[in-house]
Amino acid sequence: MISNKLTCFLKNGARLTACRNISTSPALLKDTYGNLKDEDRIFTNLYGRHDWGIEGAEARGDWYKTKEIIQKGSAWIIDEMKKSGLRGRGGAGFPSGLKWSFMNKPDDGRPKYLVVNADEGEPGTCKDREIMRHDPHKLVEGCLVAGSAMGARAAYIYIRGEFYHETSNLMRAINQAYEKGYLGHNACDSGYDFDIYIHRGAGAYVCGEETSLIESLEGKAGKPRLKPPFPADVGVFGCPTTVNNVETIAVAPTILRRGADWFASFGRPRNTGTKLFNISGHVNTPTTVEEEMSIPLRLLIEKHAGGVTGGWDNLLAVIPGGSSTPVIPQSVCSTVLTDFDALVEEKTALGTAAVIVMNKQTDIILAIARLMHFYQHESCGQCTPCREGTGWMARILYRMVEGNAKPEEIDMLLEISYQVEGHTICALGDGAAWPAQGLIRHFRGEIEDRIKQYQEKIEPRRAES
Amino acid sequence: MSLFVSNYTLIDLVILEISNSFSLAMLTHGLSRLVRSTVGQAARCIRTSGVVQGGGAGPHNALLTHLEEQENRADMEWEFTEENKERCKGIIAQYPDGHQQAAAIPLLDLAQRQHGGWLPLAAMNHVAHVLDMAPMRIYEVATFYTMFNRNPVGKYHVQICTTTPCMLRDSDMVVKACKENLGIGMGETTPDKMFTMCEVECLGACVNAPMMQINDAYYEDLSEKDVHEILNDLREGRTPRPGSRIDRFASEPITGLTSLTSPPTGPGYGVRDDL
Repeated sequence: MISNKLTCFLKNGARLTACRNISTSPALLKDTYGNLKDEDRIFTNLYGRHDWGIEGAEARGDWYKTKEIIQKGSAWIIDEMKKSGLRGRGGAGFPSGLKWSFMNKPDDGRPKYLVVNADEGEPGTCKDREIMRHDPHKLVEGCLVAGSAMGARAAYIYIRGEFYHETSNLMRAINQAYEKGYLGHNACDSGYDFDIYIHRGAGAYVCGEETSLIESLEGKAGKPRLKPPFPADVGVFGCPTTVNNVETIAVAPTILRRGADWFASFGRPRNTGTKLFNISGHVNTPTTVEEEMSIPLRLLIEKHAGGVTGGWDNLLAVIPGGSSTPVIPQSVCSTVLTDFDALVEEKTALGTAAVIVMNKQTDIILAIARLMHFYQHESCGQCTPCREGTGWMARILYRMVEGNAKPEEIDMLLEISYQVEGHTICALGDGAAWPAQGLIRHFRGEIEDRIKQYQEKIEPRRAES
Repeated sequence: MSLFVSNYTLIDLVILEISNSFSLAMLTHGLSRLVRSTVGQAARCIRTSGVVQGGGAGPHNALLTHLEEQENRADMEWEFTEENKERCKGIIAQYPDGHQQAAAIPLLDLAQRQHGGWLPLAAMNHVAHVLDMAPMRIYEVATFYTMFNRNPVGKYHVQICTTTPCMLRDSDMVVKACKENLGIGMGETTPDKMFTMCEVECLGACVNAPMMQINDAYYEDLSEKDVHEILNDLREGRTPRPGSRIDRFASEPITGLTSLTSPPTGPGYGVRDDL
């Protein structure tokens, strides 16, 4: 028995060590990843310094040989996407080529739809906004190419309602493409008919979940559906549907034009490509930047965001991929690479690559409590564990901010989070549970100190009364 | 029975209902049936259906009930303008035949814009009529999404983001400055009906935090001075320029570009040979 356990431990230990060597060995931490050159950046108008309209877009290489790409056929496009190793940019990181291939089932007479998820609402994330307002033609062209690969009749772009000006730019880009004959009947002279419609949401974070987005697109309250059936079988309007993030779709034409090998040459294996990073919070120059995948987190922050306010030693923690991903402390931030696998090893995730930086002046418990308040507000109320759990966790966390809690409540909070995680229809419950788990994993001491301080403060008052 | 019974509790309401010999079933059917009932006149000033809170992505602690008030009566005449009727047709045509229900959100948004930023019950009923839907299906949508205001808002709807990324960049300062400038609290409207202030969840401009949204425009990278300037400008009829308030155009680093410093490559750059 014991020996069994030991072997198991050794095996695990060995495996873990091997993994760690790949991700965090100092040899790879130098400049190996993260020196993306301008000519290899996909979003060349990220900062809106050039014309975002169709003339500007064409001058920057969009809509170039789109017809030839479509005429290469569905199998070729999907194969290239698979070879490029592109993983979905909306958070879950599912291989995009594989996802598109689910649509190529025998035709049963129902039309197919591509739905683009532009309901960007994960706290920390603001990358799709830059694409839609400054490089909308990349998205429009991407819709056509992706749509042709999956045999879709039309694309619906679901934009969060608050993005009014972004919608306006995208709408004009679509109209320009129609005028040029790039969309509609015989799109790009390829013999393929394709339409793009815009649908504005009305302010609900949960609509970023794919089945909830489909419900909302059908004009209902955005409450996630049970899967199966998966959207590829029964999606929007009862038809096969693929839901993709804006960035995933927008990078597709460039990948196909320049080749899967070019895209796969960036980042580590299984984490390939370039990625838009949003660096917000306590940094000197918050920014959105396109960088190579697997760039060391520290390099990313220091190179593009001007470093942490008060210097690297003043860093407390980072939320590496939008609010749902657990925090990592400074010690981990110093060495970790920013990609899917390396962050999973640190029990967090790349998510949407929205890096929220917190320095030592941050009240970390309050920061997480505020996130929990966000989830409480945004829970659709369908599943009990999420509806009740988010509120419960938020109330405990806000008490912990003051220290008004018992030490054993830390473990209770952890247990509640486990009861929420995995017990809901969609991933909002998981997303709410993880920040709390991350907080306790790395900052349990902080909470205990806070409770102790509070006790010391109220003890004399108790004695008096 | 008095026509002004807005302070009745739910239990009072039930008693009232029975004493007025309405069926209880009608009460449980909720607001759609009740407000459309021919009995109307007496019932119209009553808080209808249960006092339900939360459970949707609505504003904090928002009541999911309809309150009969002077400006929000169920028997109010409400219709789209001729221009908007054309827009409705265009919107509905975006969706496949038989799925006109999908136009619910865009049409509610259009109705809200037509009605000065909020949705009276009569407008919801009209949208339901246009889309041939049960009114309750429209109420479900209107109560679920935060962008639909079911109570009057001021001419300028000031929404301040206070979620963690903004909080880290001192959104509390923005809240404080707004409160000072407008002299109102969260969720309140100024007496002159010019401003309504509320707290919202992440608006997706985290790199430009702290920020606030006023009607359709985002105001980003705010300082206390900027907040006062923007609100004063609006009050005096000027239109402040949306976007970043510091010396940057969008989301580039303030101290100068760290990427995209060279001119963009042209068409055909790096394109594979076999295309």
